[in-house]
Amino acid sequence: MSDVGTLDGKVPTGPIEERWTSHKFNMKLVNPNNKRRFEVLVVGSGLAGASAAATMAELGYKVKVFTFHDTPRRAHSIAAQGGINAAKNYKNDGDSVYRLFYDTIKGGDFRSRESNVHRLAEVSVDIIDQCAAQGVPFAREYSGLLDNRSFGGAQVSRTFYARGQTGQQLLLGAYQALMRMVGEGRVELFHRSEMLDLVVKDGRASGIIVRDLLSGEITRHSGHAVVLATGGYGNVFYLSTNAKGSNVTAAWRAHKRGALFANPCYTQIHPTCIPASDDFQSKLTLMSESLRNDGRIWVPAKADDPRPPAQIPEDERDYYLERRYPAFGNLVPRDVASRNAKNMVDNGLGVGPLKNGVYLDFGDAVARDGKPVIEEKYGNLFQMYERITDDDPYRTPMRIYPAVHYTMGGLWVDYNLMSNLPGLFVLGEANFSDHGANRLGASALMQGLADGYFVLPYTIGNYLADLLGQRPLSTDDPAFAEAEADVNDQVKRLLSLNGTQSIDSMHRKLGVDVIWQYCGMARNDAGLRQAIGDIRTLRDEFWSDVRMTDPDLGFNQQLEKAGRIADFFEMGELLCMDALHREESCGGHFREEYQTDDGEALRNDDQFAYVGAWEWTGENGQQRLHKEELAFEYVKLAQRSYK
Amino acid sequence: MSGSGHGATMRLTIKVWRQEGPRAAGTLETHQLAGVSADMSFLEMLDTLNEQLIGEGKRPVSFDHDCREGICGSCGMMINGKPHGPERGTATCQLHMRKFNDGDTIVIEPFRAAAFPVIKDLAVDRSSFDRIIEVGGFISAPTGSAPDANMIPIPKPVADASMDAAACIGCGACVAACPNSAAQLFTSAKLAHLNLMPQGQAERWARTQSMVETMETYFGSCTNHGECQEACPKEISIDFIAMMNRDYVKSQYKNRQLLGQR
Repeated sequence: MSDVGTLDGKVPTGPIEERWTSHKFNMKLVNPNNKRRFEVLVVGSGLAGASAAATMAELGYKVKVFTFHDTPRRAHSIAAQGGINAAKNYKNDGDSVYRLFYDTIKGGDFRSRESNVHRLAEVSVDIIDQCAAQGVPFAREYSGLLDNRSFGGAQVSRTFYARGQTGQQLLLGAYQALMRMVGEGRVELFHRSEMLDLVVKDGRASGIIVRDLLSGEITRHSGHAVVLATGGYGNVFYLSTNAKGSNVTAAWRAHKRGALFANPCYTQIHPTCIPASDDFQSKLTLMSESLRNDGRIWVPAKADDPRPPAQIPEDERDYYLERRYPAFGNLVPRDVASRNAKNMVDNGLGVGPLKNGVYLDFGDAVARDGKPVIEEKYGNLFQMYERITDDDPYRTPMRIYPAVHYTMGGLWVDYNLMSNLPGLFVLGEANFSDHGANRLGASALMQGLADGYFVLPYTIGNYLADLLGQRPLSTDDPAFAEAEADVNDQVKRLLSLNGTQSIDSMHRKLGVDVIWQYCGMARNDAGLRQAIGDIRTLRDEFWSDVRMTDPDLGFNQQLEKAGRIADFFEMGELLCMDALHREESCGGHFREEYQTDDGEALRNDDQFAYVGAWEWTGENGQQRLHKEELAFEYVKLAQRSYK
Repeated sequence: MSGSGHGATMRLTIKVWRQEGPRAAGTLETHQLAGVSADMSFLEMLDTLNEQLIGEGKRPVSFDHDCREGICGSCGMMINGKPHGPERGTATCQLHMRKFNDGDTIVIEPFRAAAFPVIKDLAVDRSSFDRIIEVGGFISAPTGSAPDANMIPIPKPVADASMDAAACIGCGACVAACPNSAAQLFTSAKLAHLNLMPQGQAERWARTQSMVETMETYFGSCTNHGECQEACPKEISIDFIAMMNRDYVKSQYKNRQLLGQR
């Protein structure tokens, strides 16, 4: 860590509820007839990318979309189960834009920008309207009106859902809007195409280098702006709930070209995942958080209780969340629920063959509401659980354990979602902006769609308006040639590796043995220093000892994976460096040295109420810290309490 | 150890389709695989095979996969002649090895259909599905044009039926299962999702005609075998095909009538 710079988030002033409205008015517009003169490159086709691309194409911009998947509909947004928040107050239970704003700031443990979060809460209501108009089959009451449920730590019912497949249905809505534009020739779609570098000219993002995953051809694409909507970096842990293909490559290569990477240590561990069953485990499966609405979490009161759950009487069970947090009970935020589960397992109270889980019990809910009601709410989740574990949750409690799920950190962006590199916009999970140190349940879908449908389409115009009359950078420019040469070199270098270890085994060592071990649910100074050393050693091992056995220059999944894992070996070091520098506990970042007497996260607002954004300064791993101070004008800084 | 309980391991004979590229000839390759745990998913078994192949300095088997939660629709292969294998309503990634027995031989091939050309080994090109969606698989609702969501009440049974159809993951098992390689189940599921909804009515007849006719240019025709519904990992019903057929006939009349009114 060298000297420190400061950052300006370009947040508008004035009363918070008027900031976005007045900012929209103050931004420059691009005349409808001029929009077609601007070319925008969108990388990623999940909720944020697909919604942004469709909306910009509707407005008249020339849009190219790149996805490494075989079709945009595969993006990992599809796997989100639980729902999407919106401050509609359809339930008349006291919800409002301000309450959603307040809950999100507090849930994020006071490490996000108030202005961004308020805007997110404002546009949340438009998202539901937009998605309903597109035909998203949200759950309905018998009246035909939209149903809501309360979700993960919220005391109002503001979560809209489509069975346990909300992410799928919202993504299909955005995908269909995108395909409508593809069909009309207003979006050019590049599938099985992976962005491998960002082209920067005179400090501006001007294009990208892309590898066609079928032919292996490396191509140059130029645009007035580049939009990254490429998701999070949870797979740096190897085992996570992310899809196997989810990766940090686009964001990381942009970082190496100058984009700042903010708050990487804010990683979310989701409390309700199925525990790992053995070493071959390739990923972890999330069970929707909505299950905590009706399931009760407990462990046996005595360590190493050998009895099956049904034979443990009520008074020998510890419903530890209900006991410790009477107000929120089983619905405490994700980080609190996760840490408590870890404490139980660490204290020998874990359940299951490997003693690596806690019970999530539906016995009372089934007795109270009857099986049909529970089946209607959770039927597909129960089915999925049974398929994976061979246990029937209607009869025996589920076993759950926390797993890496979402990453709040990401590329730094200002209020306009533009990174420090002019022309580079970053949306959705790939940016750092709205969730602070911890994301509330049902807020990821909200943020992805807010960024794509309702924020970027306005703010990008403000940037492009000044470029009217300028052509995009020529693809013959030396900046393109240099970036393409770098990509070609890396592909050649990877293909030439002829060591002894497979990529998966190296990835597992990095993620499971080092990063999860030292930078997972609990972190400390010594462990993080150890991790940084270990990662450097492993990274050298990767580049000297990986074994590549497929020489194919065209479709080569081994090569694709190798490039992505190579980036995780660099990114993982930054993750640990950030965690080491942040000497406080907040949200998903828990430093053992900084906790209250009863084991809750202890923030240090005097010294750490800032966004930490890192600048790549060279291959030796040096990163320069930039700080954006966070001001809390509306929500008073306070220690979170869910008691 | 054998059998299918927790912690049991199996020895398997794997016969897997290997094909270097779209125009190369393919062949079944046989491998012995030991230490397969009953708790593994089918794709984790393939991961294990690939680790073995890499250890032998050989090219790993290419196959598409991503979420491994049965929702992204990336994975899909013929397992002993059935798309996604023996378990009903289950995608390949959610199929677990406890459904097999110690000593079994498992034959793994790519989905086979002219509209899904093989890319390499088990990976196939399903982009013909995108061609069907882009001609009408949407409700045109440009961003910003929507009324309040509760302005359009939808009876719960209608919303539920629409959701039943919308659950399609676009994996292509229906096509692979069909003796005619027809895509009626995929197309009708999207049509039913949108055509059942009040929001979907304005474009209903144009949507139906263009999606069905685009489908016909890529895929075979339906002769009511019903194999698609058996293979579907989301258990989508062929009732939706009946609805599509009815709507298609109607659309020819409706679209002509609309034309006449212009």
